[in-house]
Amino acid sequence: MQVVKVDRLSKRYGEVVAVDGISFTVEAGTCVGLLGGNGAGKTTTIAMMLGLLLPSAGTVEVLGADMARQRWRVLDRMNFSSPYVELPNRLTVRENLAVYGGLYGVDDVPGRIARLARDLNLEAFVDRPVGRLSAGEKTRVALAKALLNEPAVLLLDEPTASIDPDTADRLRSYLELFRRETGASIVLASHNMSEVERLCDEVLMLRAGKLVDRGVPAELVSRYGRSTLEEVFLDIARDRRREAAE
Amino acid sequence: MTAEPLPPAVAVRSRGSARRRIGAMFMRHWFLLRGSWPRILELIYWPTIQMVLWGFITLHFQQNSSWVAQAGGVLISGVLLWDILFRGQLGFTISFLEELYSRNLGQLFVTPIRPWELVVALMGASLVRVGIGSTSAAILASFIFGYSIFDLGLPLAAFFLNLMMFGWAVGIAVIAVLLRVGLGGESLAWLVIFLVAPVSAIYFPVEALPDWIEWLAWCLPPAYIFEGMRSVLFGQGFRWDWLLGATLLNIACMVAVTALFLWSFEVARRQGLLLRTGE
Repeated sequence: MQVVKVDRLSKRYGEVVAVDGISFTVEAGTCVGLLGGNGAGKTTTIAMMLGLLLPSAGTVEVLGADMARQRWRVLDRMNFSSPYVELPNRLTVRENLAVYGGLYGVDDVPGRIARLARDLNLEAFVDRPVGRLSAGEKTRVALAKALLNEPAVLLLDEPTASIDPDTADRLRSYLELFRRETGASIVLASHNMSEVERLCDEVLMLRAGKLVDRGVPAELVSRYGRSTLEEVFLDIARDRRREAAE
Repeated sequence: MTAEPLPPAVAVRSRGSARRRIGAMFMRHWFLLRGSWPRILELIYWPTIQMVLWGFITLHFQQNSSWVAQAGGVLISGVLLWDILFRGQLGFTISFLEELYSRNLGQLFVTPIRPWELVVALMGASLVRVGIGSTSAAILASFIFGYSIFDLGLPLAAFFLNLMMFGWAVGIAVIAVLLRVGLGGESLAWLVIFLVAPVSAIYFPVEALPDWIEWLAWCLPPAYIFEGMRSVLFGQGFRWDWLLGATLLNIACMVAVTALFLWSFEVARRQGLLLRTGE
């Protein structure tokens, strides 16, 4: 079953084309990676999937709702995390999660916070203001916020940015477990190729707002005759796609 | 739209309601206030300084002005009611600015909260801010100058509600602009209300204004409130017609600024401004 349907989606800012007619679907319980360099259109695509940004053309449907017009129907079953937005710095981690728990209508917010604090190792600083946390700790808190309502569709924009390799590995394991246990679908935008290879069932390659290639990570690596997804990424980012694929 | 049933992915029970979301947003501002004594001090500081200043001016004018001598509390009441309007607007707008300062707007608007629910929560936050600031000043006025604005009785409640409504209307207009221009428009929060101060008849009657500007005063709700306040203080009774005038104008203002806010929100969604709300 398709939980996300993106159809000929475009976003223009005057002469600048940020996203250029991309189409894809996300099946229930799968993880789809959005890969591309800076300015490829990943964040813009995610913003349109959340209904935070209106498309210039095309449509996004999430859980059956048109995100341009009916997003209120499904926002309580979605969530996201991004380094481009923050949580109020003066509120403690617990206070922030309590506020968002209320906004998402989560039952037993204190219990849910306790569970996430344990699972994501936030217990040591759960009563500290977010502004006093390190970048890595903030990223973990942002992820806790994103998992607060156990979303059916989770959109993650660089979810392990600023995190040390050990913690990043734990978080990836947790995301795998979360997906297995809840059947959630994940759309992941990341620059970390090993993360994408590990978590994603399918990868969408974006360049200059266009969807230039797609496939299962291992299949892409083999099709491009490379040994890693990072090499495939470089081929695409530098427009060596055609000769590499041929 | 898909006709297939959705997967039972959500183990966490979700019971969202407008009341709960408004409560959560209100809680967000309450957490912010209770954790910051400088914020609380600032809320009390300016209304108190204003009240003390105008209290001494009143003492002086009571001996030198027959108009002020008729009702000793006319200037202090003016300043306290003006403060309700000013703080009502400022409390509303500052609470919204807190979301911009913390780059939290993008997080908020991907939750199920509707724009109108956010506005109601901001009104609640503004009420708390006014309650802390203006109530403290009003209580201090009775201790320092022996004048209690609460002696106005029930009309005070009518004045308060109308002034808060107008403050919120101005606040909604300001956040509609902030949605478009971000923190670049921050100073509007402090300045814009003073545009209406000269024609609000806070310390003098509308008839004291030049003829060519009197009509403007009667187009805005505050003039009706301050004239109504003087009517009560000078023993001329409560003017229901002025209360009605203020209320109708407030409703018209609310409708206009709500339309402006919703339009601004849609423009912000079209231009991607909800994710880029810095300077």
